[in-house]
Amino acid sequence: MSPKSRLHVPKTPARPGEAPDFSYLELSPAGAVKRPETGARIRDIQGLAETLVRVLDDTHQAIGPWNPRLDPAELQVALRHMLLTRVFDDRMQRIQRSGKISFYMRSLGEEAVSVAMAMALRPGDMLFPSYRNQGLYVARGRPIVDLMCQLLSNTRDMCKGRQLPVMYHWREGRIFSISGNLATQFPQAVGWAMAAAIKGQDDIAASWLGEGASAEADFHHALLFASVYKAPVILNVVNNQWAISTFQGHAGGERRSFAARGPGYGIAGVRVDGNDFLAVHAVTQWAAERARTGHGPTLIEHVTYRAAAHSTSDDPARYRPKDDYRDWPLGDPVDRLKGHLIALGEWSEERHLALIAELEAHIAASWKEAVSYGTLTEPPRLDPHLMFEDVFKEMPPHLQRQDADLRAELERS
Amino acid sequence: MAQRNMIHALNSAMDIMLGRDPSVVVLGEDVGYFGGVFRCTDGLQRKYGEHRVLDTPIAEGGIIAAAIGMAVNGLRPVAEIQFADYIYPGYDQIVSELARLRYRSAGEFYAPVTVRTPCGGGIRGGQTHSQSPEALFAHVAGLKVVMPSNPYDAKGLLIASIEDDDPVIFFEPKRIYNGPFDGEPDKPAVPWSAHPKGEVPDGHYTVPIGKAEIARSGSDLTIVTYGTMVHVSEATARNLGLDAEIIDVRTMVPLDTDTICRSVARTGRCVIVHEATRFAGFGAELSATIQEECFWNLQAPIARVAGWDTPYPHAFEWEYFPGQARVAKALKSVMEAS
Repeated sequence: MSPKSRLHVPKTPARPGEAPDFSYLELSPAGAVKRPETGARIRDIQGLAETLVRVLDDTHQAIGPWNPRLDPAELQVALRHMLLTRVFDDRMQRIQRSGKISFYMRSLGEEAVSVAMAMALRPGDMLFPSYRNQGLYVARGRPIVDLMCQLLSNTRDMCKGRQLPVMYHWREGRIFSISGNLATQFPQAVGWAMAAAIKGQDDIAASWLGEGASAEADFHHALLFASVYKAPVILNVVNNQWAISTFQGHAGGERRSFAARGPGYGIAGVRVDGNDFLAVHAVTQWAAERARTGHGPTLIEHVTYRAAAHSTSDDPARYRPKDDYRDWPLGDPVDRLKGHLIALGEWSEERHLALIAELEAHIAASWKEAVSYGTLTEPPRLDPHLMFEDVFKEMPPHLQRQDADLRAELERS
Repeated sequence: MAQRNMIHALNSAMDIMLGRDPSVVVLGEDVGYFGGVFRCTDGLQRKYGEHRVLDTPIAEGGIIAAAIGMAVNGLRPVAEIQFADYIYPGYDQIVSELARLRYRSAGEFYAPVTVRTPCGGGIRGGQTHSQSPEALFAHVAGLKVVMPSNPYDAKGLLIASIEDDDPVIFFEPKRIYNGPFDGEPDKPAVPWSAHPKGEVPDGHYTVPIGKAEIARSGSDLTIVTYGTMVHVSEATARNLGLDAEIIDVRTMVPLDTDTICRSVARTGRCVIVHEATRFAGFGAELSATIQEECFWNLQAPIARVAGWDTPYPHAFEWEYFPGQARVAKALKSVMEAS
């Protein structure tokens, strides 16, 4: 009997009732991966796509060539941004359960990815986020009350009631509108970066998507166009292991790392510990310098874990072991940065608890202010007339007629 | 003023805009060095450089997405999709992204992208080089949809599209690139130089988006049409000895219902003619609108002439194409109704 081809179905390591199993993860010790020159040729740095850049070791020390040697004050700011993101997420999750907002998506466990990248990039760099990058808004300083107003679709909603919760945008802060469709922003970021290069701007673009969304054609268009035109862009696959219920093997992660798709297109690929603030910061700096000095794009795979449900509409207990995040080999990004600061003598448990209390009070006050501008169900409400605006720059006659029809309909009722 | 065919008129529009506005860029498959498979971008890369006129990979989704990103960064991209039949890989980026960016960001972000694409049949292109998918775009909130029928309008509408801050899907009926076509393939080709609309000014001018044109005034009936079918309709009415008023829609979105309905209200008879498939085609929207606005003025049911509801067949091109025989049948039936 000659061997036959059998359809291979990627294995999910553990399902509900089973012990968590992360033995599939390829890890590198902290400090072990070399840091090449930012102008290195792709063929000389392909290993970066398979190894794992880590800076923080198990004793909370920052070691190795990727240590960004950040000032402790900057690390304290980072910890604050990550904690604010987490406290905000936690409160919004509970508020969604109470029915005040229709939908929410937490970034629990992934805070370092957004916060470290926003801090390592320049204010002029343009960010094209996915829906789990709220840390970008926090790190760039958008007031939390503005985000809450978007979640509430109230009279101060930046989206004027047109978008699901968490689909923020911020032109002034140079953060692009979140679509809600997956991966579409990836090639758009490349186009933005192409324009920056055409215009001779010094600014670069960055975009994020999940490993699940990397299956979309847009991902491949982004890598191809970025490679062809050497666009100054950082493309990020946030590999949080789960696409709702589907394990990363179904997106192709069982064969090779997602970062390895970079070299396939002629793009630098770097696989980084996404729960290590210092490592993400260092890799971002490296990729940004590479982009800014004409060496083209970088694909970064952030190895992290979606500690919470996909969204408030999801129940992960139906498809993965309960509390498996406790066994995640890369730990928790907040705990690790906190441990590092304490090891440096620049932080303490007391200060940590005090900071959490301060941030919780800030969130509570922000919420109180946000609901004063209305909620989805309570006045004041947005004028429904707003639904006809911004379809086009100027309202064409057929929309003017429909707007008038709606007004008449509302007056009658 | 010069005699130009539609290709030269479109080339002139892009040439003028590349020259006037440093934010204008042209991108697409084969548009650079080669100048496009239909030659519409001939010479533009040589004149404006490789950073302004870009050859792209064969990835329509990537072309549209890159154009959106460029536009968000202050450029004014003109993206060519080589055939309208190839536009579907870019459809998600057009429908979900380009059309709605201004809306979903409450006006903070917008993308002034013009998507040029040759459409329509009559060139022995088979089912992958002959489609007229304008209805698929007219149905999407947030897109302007344009289709010129002659060189003068092609240039003026393309300049208007590039200058427009909203996305425009710009369909170019490729059968009439080189000359007006009356629907009779066996007759010798007629060049645009013999047509008044082949007179195209050298400089900058615009034809407004959202305005239909009365291509021919008449009183017997109104023919509402666009693209190649303007010429087929004109010839058919002439051969039947009918004094038809011919409305060239020119812009599907926003639709100039005033010009259309004023005419139908006056003539009381209406035939809608397009090359695209009939079922749920743009003619259905025209017919419904005219019926709603002009019902009490109508002396006959509105008739529609269209391509059959099949893919565009290679071997049966002229049996498929809504030529003079099909148009004539509709004109007669509408005229004969009491």
